Order: sequence, then structure tokens, then C-alpha cells
Amino acid sequence: MLAPIKDIQDEIVEEFAFFEDWMQRYEHMISLGKSLPLIDPEFKNEDHIIKGCQSKVWVHAALEDNKLVFTADSDAIITKGIIAILIRAFSNQKPMDILDASTDFIDEIGLKEHLSATRANGLVSMIKQIKLYAVAYQTQVKDA
Amino acid sequence: MDLNYKNMPTLDVAAIRKDFPILSRKVHGQDLVYLDNAATSQTPLAVIEAITHYYSYYNANIHRGVHSLSQEATDAYEQARIKVQKHFNAAHAYEVILTAGTTHSINIVASGFEALLKAGDELLVSALEHHSNIVPWQMAAEKTGAVLKVIPMLIDGTLDMAAFHAMISPATKLVFCNHVSNALGTVNPIKEIIGAAHAVGAAVLIDGAQAAPHIQADVQALDVDFYVVSAHKICGPTGVGMLYGKEKWLEKLPPYQGGGEMIATVSFEKTTYAGLPHKFEAGTPNISGGIAFGAALDYMHGIGFDKIAAYEQELLVYATKALLGIEGLEIYGTAAEKTAVVSFNIKGLHPYDIGSILDQMGIAVRTGHHCAQPIMDYYSIPGTVRASFSFYNTFEEIDRLVAGVQKAKDMLC
Repeated sequence: MLAPIKDIQDEIVEEFAFFEDWMQRYEHMISLGKSLPLIDPEFKNEDHIIKGCQSKVWVHAALEDNKLVFTADSDAIITKGIIAILIRAFSNQKPMDILDASTDFIDEIGLKEHLSATRANGLVSMIKQIKLYAVAYQTQVKDA
Repeated sequence: MDLNYKNMPTLDVAAIRKDFPILSRKVHGQDLVYLDNAATSQTPLAVIEAITHYYSYYNANIHRGVHSLSQEATDAYEQARIKVQKHFNAAHAYEVILTAGTTHSINIVASGFEALLKAGDELLVSALEHHSNIVPWQMAAEKTGAVLKVIPMLIDGTLDMAAFHAMISPATKLVFCNHVSNALGTVNPIKEIIGAAHAVGAAVLIDGAQAAPHIQADVQALDVDFYVVSAHKICGPTGVGMLYGKEKWLEKLPPYQGGGEMIATVSFEKTTYAGLPHKFEAGTPNISGGIAFGAALDYMHGIGFDKIAAYEQELLVYATKALLGIEGLEIYGTAAEKTAVVSFNIKGLHPYDIGSILDQMGIAVRTGHHCAQPIMDYYSIPGTVRASFSFYNTFEEIDRLVAGVQKAKDMLC
């Protein structure tokens, strides 16, 4: 059983606080990006592309055991790192929990200030897409 | 030949840098290295002071008041127009329309041509254009039924001039092309383009936004019909620019906007328009901006355009050589004649990733498609990293760029 979203987010915030400067945080994001669980190539199409990102981002969601599992990819590594953070926070959770979850941890990390404006917009689009998937799949959750 | 440019600078760059307060600031705790000059140049104190002096001392609306402040402001604004006229060697000051910038200037001409074009007329656009010199013409073509044809580019980032000469015909009404490509730095053979266009009776609009900081264009020697620039690329403020047009063309084009200043007489039955340049200058203009545009040209002439161009070429040669020392780095745009722009990628890496890491090191470059998507499509790339140099940049800054790109590569690979 995966920890609740809030706990995972706290863990990510702590992890980022551990680094001394933003260069190290970037290095961390790059390594997260490299280990991102990749989307099935068949979903790397227009239907799964996120609008509003300057680099290309594809996100796919599937309901497994009443939990939403996200996979994704991007043509830019730092963007992949950002997606990896979001997937860690939101993947494998119940759609309702994803909908209820706060996204304040992004601000606590300070991520937005250290991204270019276009990337920060992309980040907002990614979160919105994750929430939209949660809305869509909420109706398919079967009562236990 | 290995020229050691560092030991023979053409300009006293250390002294020049003191004129630019922003160059001494820090970004992410590091000394700023500003290499995004093709997007906008930085502003010297002389220009900043021209703006503050205007607002502190003689801020007033121009061309209409009888009071002293209005007269002083009008004089200063019209003096600035004359400075712009002299700089570009326009035959008359009234051929210099002060606009909000290059994009505004192009839109004035494009919307004016809607009244002159008919279905089947041809417009030739170069493949190297900024979106702002594509979209207004697409809009004009859509409204009039004119056909937009593209002058193709070659792999080195130059225009395919053989194709251009084959395309141009008596059906061609207008050719528009940049003097210098913003994405690649290619200097286009505009004299040849203008000559060929005039031979078939077509007009030519040259987007000089990227050329202006490096090349002093002489609109009469070029015999160009329209030449457009933005002040903010030449050390001036944002929100002001020039539309130069030959008198005969400006007389032919209808006004772009209606309003105050652009009229001779107004009644509800009939309005007659003012003469040039006011016909295209409706409303209160960017007065301080226009005055500061003149101050920027004064500043640049104080240094000397020839010296600026020579020094920037030294920077370009130095940067090109040093960057090519990084394995896997590819430069886009290798024309023999280029301004100080290096557009590049590293094999397998996304330009955004490189730009983001450079930013963390205090190095400002542009990444992306540079508002020139057709060029990126031609090379099948999402974008490039673009470092663009100005006369206040140093060889040491280029060393920092090269070290930064190498570090980004090590982190990302």
C-alpha cells in the first residue's frame, strides 16, 4: 500500500531541502528524469500531449485496482524530472484522493521560481491534466 | 591562423560596460552574463536618463499645445525623428514613421496593402522570417486572395537565391525579407533582392530588427521601399520603432488607425487625413520612447558602428571556434556573412535543458524556436540554444558560456 499523497509530498519537500543549491536540485531532477517510468510508445501521440508545455510532454493514465497509474515522457530531461516528481506524488492513488490533494508542495520546493516562465506554465498544465484524468476516471471507480 | 583576439580588443569594453547598470547585477548569485541581445539589448545610462529627464522636466503632449512644455516636448520628439532619419539616411524626416516597434510597422504596411492587392497577386516571403513578418501577410493574403510564396532556404541558413530569381515575376507585388535572420544571424543579400523585385515592379519590405544593432542601413543606397526596426534592439527602450517608407508608398497606403493627430479636418460627413508622417501616427505616441530612441542612436554613434561591427565579429569568431570544441555541438546557420549570433544544439539534448542549466549559472541565452518555426521545421529540430552578442560582451563571458555549456552537457548526458 502506497503512502498517502500528503506523506509522499512531504517526503519530496524534505528531499529537496536537503540540497544546498539549485544546481544540485537540478542534478537531482535530471536523475529523476532519467529514471521516469516511460509511457508506452503507442500513447506518445496527439491525444496524450499536454498543451502549454514548450517541450513535448505526453501523459497517459490507466485505472488499475481502482487506482490511477500515470506514465509519461518528454523530449527534455529536466521536464521529465518534473513529471517524475508529479508521478511520484500522484500515481497509484485513488482518483478522489488525487482530486482532493493539495499542490502546495510545488511551492514549498520552490520549483516554480527556478523554472523559466514557460516551464512553470507547463508545470501548471501538467497538474491540471493529472487532475482532469482523476475527474474522468472517478466515475469508473467501482465500489469496494 | 590563430588570432588572439583577447589581446587586441577594438573597443574599450571595460569602460563601455560601466554605461550599463544592469551588467553589474547578479543572477542566482553569479555575475550576469547577458547573451540574449538578439531578443533585446540592454540600456545605457544615457538612454535611461533621457527617459527620466523627459518625465522629470518637460513631460507634455506633443503637436497640439501652445504652452512651453508642449513645445519643448514636440521639439525633442521631432529632433529624435531627425536623428532616426539621418541614421538611416532617409531622404525626408516625414518618411520616418515612429511606431510601437517592428511588428507594428509591418502591420501598418501589410494592412495598407490590403487596399492595393487583388486575387492572384503574389507575395514572396523568405523562409528565414520571424513570425511577425509572416502572420500579418498571411492575414492580408487571406483577405485579398493574394498568394503567399516562400523563398526557400539552404542548409547553411542562407536563402536559395536561384529559387528566388526563378519565382519572381510580374505577378509579384511585394517581397518581404529580413536583413538579418533572428534565429541564425544570416545576413541576407537584400540589395540583390531589392534590385530583382524592382525589375518586375514589386515593392520590398526589409525587416531590419536584427540588423540594426550591427549594420547601419542606408535606405536610399539600398533603394528599399520599406525598412522597419525596433529601438529596443539598438540600446533604446521597448515599445518604439521605425517604419521607413518611400514617400510615394506612404502616400499610397491608407492609414492604419484612426484617431487624434492623424487628421486634417474632421466632420461627421467627411474626415481628411493629415500629411506624412502624422497620417500613420494616430493618438499620443510613446513620446519619451521616441526621444530615448534618438538618445540610443547618439550613444551608439558615440562608440561608432564600424567599431561595434568589427568587435562583434571578433566575438563571433571566438565564440564559434570555442563552442565547436565541445563534442557533439552543432551550429545552425553557417553563412559566410553573419552577425554575432550562434544558434546551436548538442546532439541528443533538448535546448531547454541546456538553457535552464545555463540560467542557474547566471548566463542568459535564448532557447526555443525564436519565433521562426519554419526554420526549425526545416532542420527538424524543436529549437536551438541561441547566444547573441553585443559590443558590451567580453571574451571572458564567452569563456563562461563555453564552460557552462560543457557543464550542462556533463550533467545532462
